[in-house]
Amino acid sequence: MTASTDFYNAEFARLKAILPGSHLPWLQRRRESALASFAASGFPTQRQEDWKYTGVTAIEKSRFELAMPISNGVSAKQVAAWSLPDTHRLVFLNGRYQPRWSSVGTLPGGVILSSIIEMLERDPEQLDSRLGESEIAYPSGFAALNMAFMSDGAYLHLADGVAVDKPIHLLFIASEAKLATHSRNLLSAGAGSRASIVEQHVAVGEGAYLTNGITDIVVGRDAEIVHHKLQQESHQAFHIAAVNADLGQKSRFTSRSFGLGGALARVDIRVGLNAERAECILDGLYMTDGRQHCDHHTRIDHAEPYGTSREFYKGVLAGASRAVFNGKVIVHADAQHSDADQSNRNLLLSDNAEVDTKPQLEIYADDVKCSHGATVGQLDPEQIFYLRSRGVDDESARALLTFAFAEEVVDRVDIPPLRAGLEKLLLGRLPERVKELL
Amino acid sequence: MLTETSKLEELIGRDYPHGFVTALDTDSVPVGLNEAMIRLISSKKEEPAFMLEWRLEAYRHWLTMSEPGWSTVHHPPIDYQGISYYSAPSSRKDGPQSLADVDPELLRTYEKLGVPLQEREMLAGVAVDAVFDSISVATTFKDKLGELGIIFCSFSEAVREHPELVRQYLGSVVPYTDNFFATLNSAVFSDGSFCYIPPGVRCPMELSTYFRINARNTGQFERTLIIADRGAYVSYLEGCTAPMRDENQLHAAVVELIALEGSQIKYATVQNWYPGDKEGKGGIYNFVTKRGDCRGDNAKISWTQVETGSAITWKYPSVILRGDNAVGEFYSVALTNHYQQADTGTKMIHLGKNTRSTILSKGISAGHGQNAYRGLVQVAKSAVGARNYTQCDSLLLGDRCAAHTFPYIVVKNRTAQVEHEASTSRIGEDQLFYCQSRGIAPEDAVSMIVNGFCKDVFKELPMEFAVEAQKLLGVSLEGSIG
Repeated sequence: MTASTDFYNAEFARLKAILPGSHLPWLQRRRESALASFAASGFPTQRQEDWKYTGVTAIEKSRFELAMPISNGVSAKQVAAWSLPDTHRLVFLNGRYQPRWSSVGTLPGGVILSSIIEMLERDPEQLDSRLGESEIAYPSGFAALNMAFMSDGAYLHLADGVAVDKPIHLLFIASEAKLATHSRNLLSAGAGSRASIVEQHVAVGEGAYLTNGITDIVVGRDAEIVHHKLQQESHQAFHIAAVNADLGQKSRFTSRSFGLGGALARVDIRVGLNAERAECILDGLYMTDGRQHCDHHTRIDHAEPYGTSREFYKGVLAGASRAVFNGKVIVHADAQHSDADQSNRNLLLSDNAEVDTKPQLEIYADDVKCSHGATVGQLDPEQIFYLRSRGVDDESARALLTFAFAEEVVDRVDIPPLRAGLEKLLLGRLPERVKELL
Repeated sequence: MLTETSKLEELIGRDYPHGFVTALDTDSVPVGLNEAMIRLISSKKEEPAFMLEWRLEAYRHWLTMSEPGWSTVHHPPIDYQGISYYSAPSSRKDGPQSLADVDPELLRTYEKLGVPLQEREMLAGVAVDAVFDSISVATTFKDKLGELGIIFCSFSEAVREHPELVRQYLGSVVPYTDNFFATLNSAVFSDGSFCYIPPGVRCPMELSTYFRINARNTGQFERTLIIADRGAYVSYLEGCTAPMRDENQLHAAVVELIALEGSQIKYATVQNWYPGDKEGKGGIYNFVTKRGDCRGDNAKISWTQVETGSAITWKYPSVILRGDNAVGEFYSVALTNHYQQADTGTKMIHLGKNTRSTILSKGISAGHGQNAYRGLVQVAKSAVGARNYTQCDSLLLGDRCAAHTFPYIVVKNRTAQVEHEASTSRIGEDQLFYCQSRGIAPEDAVSMIVNGFCKDVFKELPMEFAVEAQKLLGVSLEGSIG
């Protein structure tokens, strides 16, 4: 532990003066206190209940250095391939905003869409309270590191009643191996506003690097936010991410998380239903192969009455991969009339794959309706038989049923080009002759 | 509604019906724990050297351990040096030869509890190995069981009479290094029951033990070991009530079940120890390690428990499904009221091919009760075709209680099929209204709904236990609507 602490202390001393916002004393203080918090906690270990199934010693040993701003490393063609039509697009390369590749377009009045660095220059007071919040307690050493080394990220603010019709696409591209990026996205939606966000993480090449990102979302009264998270990192990469959502009265928040890439990925999604009648939907799909490790930890806090939460996660595991799902639902005392439902289904395709799932309920109120379910299994032999009796060979039948299993989550995506892109990804995993059947 | 509430309070606030203390001379050793104490316990029990050695190894290991803190239960720190680790009714020295020789005070206690010791033994058809504090006092039906080669006796007797069996199986399911409380038990266990069913024998009666805590400040450290040899069958019942008292009492029992090829063990528990008063003071700490090992193919182990007592219940009756086609079952009803806490569940470890397990857990929380289901279903790579079905339901009565579910599922074999379902609800006003509109009194309706909620577990209990279990739930829950 001390060795990694020394390394990060030295990194901080080296970079202190050039980290974004170094001219702001309050930010510098927060970075220093976060670094102290990391020094105390270190990286999480598997002795900690929340990290029982996910070991991060590989990250600890790798000593990733903080990524410095560069503007090349990706081609226009590559960016175009990842782009979605008709969006407001912000592109980040190795964690830094790239105006050159971005296309923000025309935004409705009352919308601020910018980068954290820009905001630190232009209007740092806006960030003061937002960056202070998570300083109180870092759930893990990664969150503390993110604060200490925070480089850039997206800033979005919707004024009351504003609706952004086109999706906002935040494209994070990693092009360099051996580097770490600590990005922070701050999104806030005023009363009655509405937006849909796509946060996508992709890579050029197959390097090993670390993405350590946090996305903080505040959903105001009656507002509606949909957050898509597409994790398509390189197969050598480490992806650690947190999505924290704070829901206001009668607000609606949807999170859709797709875990597709990375050597080791860990995503923490925490949703606080912090006012009456808030609603949230958490959907997720993880598809792993090879030696991939994908961990989703979700936590939904029903803090106030009449909240509703729906969680639906599916996983398809092949090769010697491993997936972890931990879904925690907490209904606090006095959060009466809460309604929570959670489901996690896993499909094991190989003898060497492993799944560890733990749906978890903690209930401190009596007038509630809560349920959860988890299954682990293989394809239904009767369904295979059905297809085979209609002339589909065994391999194709299995592929088709696997596709259908995953498609159920993809089908919920309501941005047509994004849905089509994900379907294409799923189809890409099918054998050639199966594609002809579709 | 006001009358309902007061009725609820009256019923829930009812004094513990089995609260009485029998004044008996007890042969207690001074409080505190050290090697000398363990030697003393062992010598008082006239144990062979291997037993003492095992106890000492456990004790030395225990010194290196610290009390676990991961669960959701809360209690003031336990002073392990403030406990008396041995207590035996002094009348034992005279060596009662028959029931007539047994201390009459003791017999009266059993009568109050309804233990069928005398003429009732035939009617009830139950063999009772009664544990009064730490020493077995009387064993019935021994001859009848002896004819079949069944050994059913106190643990101390087994250590003396059948040391080879004890040596072979003791600690083979729950090793002395297992966990803090099991290790403590291994070092200081006072007595318990031992049962061996020879190959191919079907035990003709339900075996039963009444555990009872009586002497003040005496920790109870029972040790139960049941072995079903190839093709044998046994059904074992354990039930308990305890007298009222002020100090918390630690109870750290260990139960080990070994099922060899083709055998079956059914283990049922009704636990109704003193739960503490309305403020949650007093009451038993019930930290128990129960584990069964399906060591041979086609073996089956089934745990059924009704947990209504104790201030804190902390136990996870588990099954290791080692043999192919082995079956593990866990049926549980846990009820917490006032300030009771229950953290219970099971572990099903699938190792053999085509192993199956079923988990059915029903938690009922009332008052300030805390109820948690914590379970693990693990399918190893070798467990081809393993199957598990888990259902845990919680019923909440009152807005200050809590219900938690922590199910761990670890699957390493793709042919495994694992399903987990859980739900939490309360008794709906519409359900009550439906019953009331048909002339059913509210408390009868609640009792009916709760019994319906637990029906799937009760039907796994032997008849006489099912009746007792329903009665236990009734006492605490009639009219609990507010």
